[in-house]
Amino acid sequence: MTEPLLVVEGLRVAFGRSRTEVLHGISFSMGPRERVGVIGESGSGKSVTALAIMGLLAENATVSGSVRLHGRELVGLRDRELAALRGDQMSMVFQEPMTALDPTMTVGRQVAEVLLLHQDLPRAAARQRVLEMLGEVGLADPVRVADSYPHALSGGQRQRCVLAMALINRPDLVICDEPTTALDVTVQARVLTLLDRELDAAEAACLFISHDLAIVSQVCSRVLVMLDGEIVEDGSVADIFNAPQHAYTRGLVATARLDQVEPGQRLPTVEDFYDRGSPSTGSPSTGSSSTGSPSTGSGTGAGGLGGRPTGSSSRGSPSTGAGTGSGTGTGLGSGPTVVS
Amino acid sequence: MRRAPLWVGGVLVGLVLLTALVSFVWTPYDAAAIVAPKLADPSLAHPLGTDHLGRDIVSRLMVGARATVVVGVVAVALAAGGGVPLGVLAGMLDGRFGAARWATWAGEGLMRGVDVLYAFPALLLAILLAAAVGASTTTAMVAIGVATIPAFARIARAATLTVMTQDFVLAARASGTSQAGTAVRHVLPNIAPVLGVQASVSFGIAILAEAGLSYLGLATPPPTPTWGRMLREGQNVLFGAPEQALWPGLAIGFAVLGLNLLGDGLRDLLDPRLREVA
Repeated sequence: MTEPLLVVEGLRVAFGRSRTEVLHGISFSMGPRERVGVIGESGSGKSVTALAIMGLLAENATVSGSVRLHGRELVGLRDRELAALRGDQMSMVFQEPMTALDPTMTVGRQVAEVLLLHQDLPRAAARQRVLEMLGEVGLADPVRVADSYPHALSGGQRQRCVLAMALINRPDLVICDEPTTALDVTVQARVLTLLDRELDAAEAACLFISHDLAIVSQVCSRVLVMLDGEIVEDGSVADIFNAPQHAYTRGLVATARLDQVEPGQRLPTVEDFYDRGSPSTGSPSTGSSSTGSPSTGSGTGAGGLGGRPTGSSSRGSPSTGAGTGSGTGTGLGSGPTVVS
Repeated sequence: MRRAPLWVGGVLVGLVLLTALVSFVWTPYDAAAIVAPKLADPSLAHPLGTDHLGRDIVSRLMVGARATVVVGVVAVALAAGGGVPLGVLAGMLDGRFGAARWATWAGEGLMRGVDVLYAFPALLLAILLAAAVGASTTTAMVAIGVATIPAFARIARAATLTVMTQDFVLAARASGTSQAGTAVRHVLPNIAPVLGVQASVSFGIAILAEAGLSYLGLATPPPTPTWGRMLREGQNVLFGAPEQALWPGLAIGFAVLGLNLLGDGLRDLLDPRLREVA
């Protein structure tokens, strides 16, 4: 069995003096070249997870738990030690390509900066490598693009440049934080195809953050569903699509599959499936957490709409399965794992 | 029309700079020499007349421009050289951008030190320096420069805080760029336009301060003419020959007006929101 590339265990992040916790001990692991999507609504903790892995959270964030890359613990590392890994072993693609590029530097200099930070190359060789990389990410005229400032490029071109920056050092892990959200649908599709190809070429694993299940399914083989700072479901794309276990995931899947809505019918919303305010009426939902703690849920949640499911939480506290109504609790099958 | 302040300011400042530069190689007369009867009326030989000792006013204004420009440039350079690194450092040491807690406190401490300096009047500093090392051009430059450091530090810190929230700074950190590298390669180039405007405004303030210090005899000593001292000398004959104070007063006024207009014009030119409205 291959060693995991990234292991996140019991990762908690709290902010401020009041230690308001926004990540409640999430756990997951990724193998080399594996592509894992993270979906969830705004504020569910997706980006905080990414920034915690990169060690880029603000000083008022308290991080506990464990993040290991190639077995090396990253939580608690000094910024200088983390800087040596960032851009080299792990890199990040940001959501907004206009703001992710420095407006005062040419694109070529920005890509070269990432290269020269981690490799001892003569300027001419670095320039050559930058032009090759810009060509690899599908930019037709690399010389012109390299000598251009970001404002002179289109959104798609800028995002390709950001991808070039993230991939030029052939990192083992690329974290993409909603990289196509700011792009129109046509450009989005091209960038996703390109990302797919480049990740293959770089033999890199990818943690792909999005709020769009349909997009994640194009890039990733596995999906983590996040809700309120917890991973509530973890499974393959096919399982999540075909047999979502958590009520919230079912809502997400329903809203992503509008082709199944009959003409004239009201479009589904997540709230039709998952009601945050409702106490415990939930969907069938037993299963083991990704941390491996045994499930104690009895799977007696309602099979209907609404309510949080019961089951073991990612924090390891046993669920009492106090749901009411009828339903079947069969989370022990081969489907996705409900972890909360 | 929208760029009128920029052009008018540029022309006025350009005239002052040109006058100062020309004065290094040519003036109609020796600015310190008595070349005609005192308080002579304007004539072809002396277009603005002569002062209370019979020295050519045009020549003295030209050499005075030199002192004004030198003091302004050096004082602003000193203020920017001290204030910008302080402001950028204090801005980058903010906890929001990953700085350690002790570093955040150090940044706060720096800015409180700057606030203390801000509360210290330039004039008082100049009097102290003049008492310690004597009145000179250098005294004026140092006093004005040190007193202007807080303005640059505060502007630089505010601009740094804005730039540090941009994604490209986070992207630079995510690429492994060090804090120093981020400051030099990403923060400084992005705050440069704001600092340019501040430099222009500070230059005007420095000219006024230099004139004030010269007026009080705390800057360049005689016989080198300065606009401030010419103003004071004109004050003695204000009722008999008001033009004696008028010429240096106008020179100071136009130079400061030019720099302020230039600052306004630069700000408008560099502010994208104003660009879109216009």
